[in-house]
Amino acid sequence: MTGYFLRRALVLLSTLLAASLVVFVVLQVLPGDPAALMLGTGARPDTLAALRHHLGLDAPAWLRYLRWIFGILRGDFGISYTYNVPVAELVRQRSALSVPLALLAIVLSTAIAIPVGVFAAARRGSVRDAALMGAAQVGVAIPNFWLGILLILLFAIHLPWLPASGFPGWGEGLWPGLRALILPALALALPQAAILARVTRAAVIETLGEDFVRTARAKGLTRGAALWRHAVPNALIPVVTLIGLQFSFLLAGTVIVENVFTLPGLGRLVFQAIAQRDLIVVQDLVVLLAGSVILVNFTVDLAAAAIDPRQRRPGA
Amino acid sequence: MLAVENLSVSLPMEGGRVPVLADVSFALARGESVGLVGESGSGKSMTALAIMGLLPPGAATSGRVLFDGRDLLAAAEPELCAIRGRRIGMVFQEPMTALNPLMSIGAQVTEPLRLHLRLGRAEAEARARRLLARVGLAQIDPHRHPHQLSGGQRQRVVIAIALACGPELLIADEPTTALDVTMQAQVLDLLGELAAEQGLALLLITHDLGVVSATAARVMVMYAGRVVEAGGTGAVFAAMAHPYTRALFAASPHEAGGRPAPIPGQVPDPQHRPPGCAFAPRCPRAQRDCVATVPVLSPLPFKGRGLGEGSACGASAASPAPSPPPSPASGRGSHVAACFHPHPAP
Repeated sequence: MTGYFLRRALVLLSTLLAASLVVFVVLQVLPGDPAALMLGTGARPDTLAALRHHLGLDAPAWLRYLRWIFGILRGDFGISYTYNVPVAELVRQRSALSVPLALLAIVLSTAIAIPVGVFAAARRGSVRDAALMGAAQVGVAIPNFWLGILLILLFAIHLPWLPASGFPGWGEGLWPGLRALILPALALALPQAAILARVTRAAVIETLGEDFVRTARAKGLTRGAALWRHAVPNALIPVVTLIGLQFSFLLAGTVIVENVFTLPGLGRLVFQAIAQRDLIVVQDLVVLLAGSVILVNFTVDLAAAAIDPRQRRPGA
Repeated sequence: MLAVENLSVSLPMEGGRVPVLADVSFALARGESVGLVGESGSGKSMTALAIMGLLPPGAATSGRVLFDGRDLLAAAEPELCAIRGRRIGMVFQEPMTALNPLMSIGAQVTEPLRLHLRLGRAEAEARARRLLARVGLAQIDPHRHPHQLSGGQRQRVVIAIALACGPELLIADEPTTALDVTMQAQVLDLLGELAAEQGLALLLITHDLGVVSATAARVMVMYAGRVVEAGGTGAVFAAMAHPYTRALFAASPHEAGGRPAPIPGQVPDPQHRPPGCAFAPRCPRAQRDCVATVPVLSPLPFKGRGLGEGSACGASAASPAPSPPPSPASGRGSHVAACFHPHPAP
């Protein structure tokens, strides 16, 4: 078991190193000078040179890369060019919104998708199956920002139940913060739930055809018991894998929905940092997100092993 | 105890309903063992699923399946659930896939005990251990999962599950086909022992006549959804009347001396069965009357008609039923075959 975790940790580190190298090289190749962007078009060349020197941008690329990496190893993620605050602080603030939002969205998506998928699979070919899968097809096709606007119109303007935009933070307690996240989480969750429901349905239909489900029925289990106790657990592996992928996406791939609800999340931070050539922020975020994706995948592997004894390693 | 009467099953397929079982009748007494033999596609497994009430969705049935006088075809689902696993156990062909890969074997044996006998956890676990020991798995930890067991061990687990609640009837659908030869003999012996020990009726489904001769007191040969020959195992093996039975025997490696001779052609799929005797296109003895009418099961030896060479096809077609089909009760034990030109007794 220890050896297993050691191997996973090694994979994590080498992947992060590779990610850091790739993002650094790509940002070197991209046009756009952070110093020029910071000072504007009318800047005098000597001011520009002084700023570039101050930021360390005049050093050779390999040196800048090493400075960055060793800074991270010391816990120093650098200082944002545009916000002029430590990147670690920026990420901490934004994560306080993005992580709960992603969690809420994935919980909603899973809570909707699994019952719908299982129900549709158990009644495949029926009118209700067709209706649910038709709805899922629409859900897959709807852009989440449009759904977000629709939700704002319905639940913030027409029925004034929830705030239309903004995020008060967690300083005023759990409920005000949670209230602000419900609509964006729904806008993110519904299209994800549509995909997840279709995958769940397909997986359950496949396992329902397996011999062990027939064995369960031959034992005298009812259709429902055979479905929930034997078919559904066996269908969960692909579903859990997809949930992991969706969670990784939800952490920072949500810039459009964040804009619709004017939420200061990680997605907007990445987007603005790229637009303004805030290189250090982009570099840090890419490495952090790569790390979080690897951690999510690791969690998915652990979940899969918990479900399926065949995926447990001997001695684990 | 079990009486199948004129069982017919049709399944919805592309291009309409297709009959897969036609007019199957047989009876099984308490403690009796009967072999159901035929190639794949002959309707053996479908017969088992019909008895269990586990036919594919959309299947239409006619006839009756009487189990202790109750017609299972007409029974409601809750009643069937109470019978399946409790009074009728079933062993499947594929031990590799018949067990849930996520559940420990102990939990899978315990499940019917807790469901039907309402045993508590500890009691059920103790009983599961005894069952596993009885099928020869005393050394196996019940917490193991199916993938940690060999095919033969898994099949023993499947047998333990089928026998868990002490059923009166055990249906074994090709229980040894997926196993290697030494395993086959062991599993067959185990089934025979358990059947004798618990006085349970055994319906043994197989494509292997050798398996039947070793295990079953009576044998039924099925082809293309119909029973074509039936009788006491000794009588049938002594005088195989139906050309299909002979061909099947010749094709099995158990015949003393000589290489197995494969049957030319294949079982017609249910959508394209010929109008007369379904075996006629592959039959060395087929004559013109065989393709016109479906022969019915008749007691052997046939008296006075249809025997021998050159029987008039017109006469056969005019009276397709030489005698009424034997009723399940009266048919027990007597040797019958469905053929216009059976092999004469030696």
